[in-house]
Amino acid sequence: MDRVMQSGGPMRAGYGAAPMNREPTNLGDILERVLDRGVVIAGDIRVNLLDIELLTIKLRLLIASVDTARELGIDWWQHDPWLSGRDRELVEENRRLRRRLSALEQEGLDA
Amino acid sequence: MPEGTYLYAVARDVLSQCPDGVADLPVRTISGGPGLVAYVSTVPLDRFGEQPLRRSLEDMDWVAETARAHHRVVDAVAAATATAPVRLVTVYDGDGPVRDLLDRRGQDFLRVLDHVTGRREWGVKAYAVASADGADGQDEPAAATPHAGRPGTAYLQRRRANLRGREQIRRQALQRADHIHRALSALSVAGCRHRAQDPSLSGRHDWMLLNGAYLVDDKREDEFAELARDLGGDGVELRVTGPWAPYSFTVMETR
Repeated sequence: MDRVMQSGGPMRAGYGAAPMNREPTNLGDILERVLDRGVVIAGDIRVNLLDIELLTIKLRLLIASVDTARELGIDWWQHDPWLSGRDRELVEENRRLRRRLSALEQEGLDA
Repeated sequence: MPEGTYLYAVARDVLSQCPDGVADLPVRTISGGPGLVAYVSTVPLDRFGEQPLRRSLEDMDWVAETARAHHRVVDAVAAATATAPVRLVTVYDGDGPVRDLLDRRGQDFLRVLDHVTGRREWGVKAYAVASADGADGQDEPAAATPHAGRPGTAYLQRRRANLRGREQIRRQALQRADHIHRALSALSVAGCRHRAQDPSLSGRHDWMLLNGAYLVDDKREDEFAELARDLGGDGVELRVTGPWAPYSFTVMETR
């Protein structure tokens, strides 16, 4: 299932014998890191995962129904309470409220 | 065609060579701030604008490929120098705003980079595996209970003992995971626990007790690997991944 990918760049790749219990880098580990960790930048930016945070949620939910997700071994959202069914509605509502708020703020500015 | 600047990572050094990035686009650097270097690609906004990304992010093949490409660049930079990886699909309106970022948040980036200099991230997963020394043999003693003549009672007792046994095993396994995490953290500069991966994500059916990440001094890597080996056994299998760019230790929200 996991597509094996070589980790470690050219410069430090051969830094010593790999311990016996080393596991090859798999896609799940990569996705976990690039989607959930590292530096998050907001503001004066064209697009990022914060701007489209709901999109990622949607992505996670969407792929839950897609067979390739299983093949790729991705379904950690199933165990993420924030992403589970009931809270999805809250997220939606939150989005509606935020949209409403920014509309009101805009009106306030225009007034 | 309108273009954007896709940001992978921030470091202090310029690499002489860097693998291609997302969509097989070349990677270049932007220097700015207090001696900082941003690793970027120029990306077409008809593919990396908000609307196209909305569609693309629903395509798992695209996501997998893009995540790998992003990781490949971050990994190459991190293999050479202290690196702050930036989250997937962070796209700017050109190079100007990236330079502004390096200026404005320069000190924050330096702090993060100082923290990870001479250190690398290692992942350690602990799985509960069926041990050969018979945690499964708990049914046996029940056969010798005084209720041998009453099969129903004996069954219930056996069942209760079994459930108790299982709950105990579960508790012990979790304590074991806590112990492993503490021991690994003690040898590391920093350690954190991530959500345990589902079997379909980990590719294993065994219960994942621990999904930890540890920032380890280069000098102590061998010691760390040895400890990770020694902490396993007795029904727990430890698997080490890495070295990783310090994704788990450069979490920084910036505006």
